[in-house]
Amino acid sequence: MKIVVCVKQVPDTTEVKLDPKTNTLIRDGVPSIINPDDKAGIEAALELKERLNDGSTVTIVSMGPPQADVALREALAMGADEAYLLSDRKFGGSDTYATSTIVAAGVAKIGYDIVITGRQAIDGDTAQVGPQIAEHLGIPQVSYAEDIQIEGKTVVVKRKYEDREHVLELPIPCLITALAELASPRYMSVRGVMDAYRVKQVKILTFEDLKDMFNPDYIGLQGSPTNVFKSFPKQAKGKGEYYPDLSADEAVNTIVAKLEEKHII
Amino acid sequence: MSKDVFVFVEQRDGVISKVGIELIGEATRLAAKLNEKVVAVLLGSDIKSKANMCIEYGADKVVVVDAPQLAEYLTDPYARAIETVIKKYDPEIFIYGATSIGRDLAPRVSARVHTGLTADCTGLDIQPDPKAADPAAAQLLLYMTRPAFGGNIMATIICRDYRPQMATVRPGVMQALEKDASRKGAIEEVKVEFKPEDARVKIRQVLKEEKKTVDITEAKVLVSGGRGIGGPKGFDMLKDCAAVFGGEISSSRACVDAGWIEKSRQVGQTGKTVRPDLYLACGISGAIQHLAGMEQSNFIVAINKNDTAPIFDVADVGIVGDLKVIVPKLTEAIKKVKAAKEAKED
Repeated sequence: MKIVVCVKQVPDTTEVKLDPKTNTLIRDGVPSIINPDDKAGIEAALELKERLNDGSTVTIVSMGPPQADVALREALAMGADEAYLLSDRKFGGSDTYATSTIVAAGVAKIGYDIVITGRQAIDGDTAQVGPQIAEHLGIPQVSYAEDIQIEGKTVVVKRKYEDREHVLELPIPCLITALAELASPRYMSVRGVMDAYRVKQVKILTFEDLKDMFNPDYIGLQGSPTNVFKSFPKQAKGKGEYYPDLSADEAVNTIVAKLEEKHII
Repeated sequence: MSKDVFVFVEQRDGVISKVGIELIGEATRLAAKLNEKVVAVLLGSDIKSKANMCIEYGADKVVVVDAPQLAEYLTDPYARAIETVIKKYDPEIFIYGATSIGRDLAPRVSARVHTGLTADCTGLDIQPDPKAADPAAAQLLLYMTRPAFGGNIMATIICRDYRPQMATVRPGVMQALEKDASRKGAIEEVKVEFKPEDARVKIRQVLKEEKKTVDITEAKVLVSGGRGIGGPKGFDMLKDCAAVFGGEISSSRACVDAGWIEKSRQVGQTGKTVRPDLYLACGISGAIQHLAGMEQSNFIVAINKNDTAPIFDVADVGIVGDLKVIVPKLTEAIKKVKAAKEAKED
């Protein structure tokens, strides 16, 4: 079985801060990481490979700038067998439709039995690219996967909803989007890191490599159906009343008085 | 010419979702600006009888697809049905709740019909195309606003050239209209031709949650706990407080990740968005991802030992103090106030 995991290198948005003077994001010094949902996907793929123990392989695919190489090396160091970086200036500025067009083309070119993606990236937060890749490839999808099992030629997935779960059966090929809860990612071993740089490869696929797999009008900034009109800092709600020095009783009286004033009680 | 504002009205077990009703309400505001109509789209099995509810809450028309394949949600048959509706009616706009169903269905549909989709919108508006040479003759576009970059900034997205303009919208953000049982509208049934590939995925089992999960988005008062409550027992104290308010307890992500409380109680970027009358934040530091889920609350009271906790930047009343002492005292104080009020009313 060829298991392909789609991965994105993202800035660690939990570390991003707003510059209080300019109200813009401070991106310098923010570490780049493998998107957490995707990392769970890598781990799920590695566990499937180990359970199958039949020569199945794990291939990592990512669309990004050259520096995304580091993220791919980390995946290789965890135990993935090979990695592809889809990288080209022409891919830049892509919205989710254009991105999924490119990634689907890369995945199709590489070949696959099961595709695993993360549910959503912590920078875009859209959860759109996985399902869109599945549609472009013409394969069934299951998102919000909590558990993946292989039974012969059937994939059995536990799919989470707000109020229930489905246990689903689907044929191969298929695409599954992983929640961070799906698997706890393993650490890289020292040997793994060495192999990632000395033995294994990150192969780069450019526009030229993929252009027979998609319509060039549907990629990049120009090919994106949506674009950002503007971005702006959130309306600061504004600090209200602040009491750093009250005793517990004074604090309670203050709260009760305010709630009565606002007719909340 | 594309026209009308379509709303995917989600239902589970024949019960129409609250977000569907909220979106119909929002759609009436958008349709008014476009001088067009609101069309609710209802998919399910034996679902026709529920269509009228959509009209009572503001839809001008309901398009119903009633088929056994649609009894329980599955991506392929639902996507086929929506695709059929889009090709038949050519909507201007199509909005969905950003639930685990909407966020699975909408992107599949967007790729199939080749159009733009914006996720998790917290604001929708109709405005003229910013690039139009003559603003007076500009095309009117859907402006879709949403948090980006993990909730650190807001972005407004447009979809100029493709139709329908699609968006998924956070539950609990838009306002439903008041129900009007006298409202009249049209109900149209559409037959969908399902293909063999729509049946590739089979449901082996449906596991419903044993107890009814509380919907914290319905609560008027939320007493919410963060890392500062120290452990799962901390929620017992918050439950007592919530009880005197007639409210519910909720949580930051930290407590859910630590296993102190169930995920259905989580407020924040990857949890729920809430807008209660009162949000009492106890031992919650106020990370951006948490604020994204509660900063629209009507009144925010924060109690935290750390005088620089960012929660104080959004709290209407911020108390630096020990929640383990303050919260039980607050519970007693509210009990007394309510008892006094009831005594007066006798």
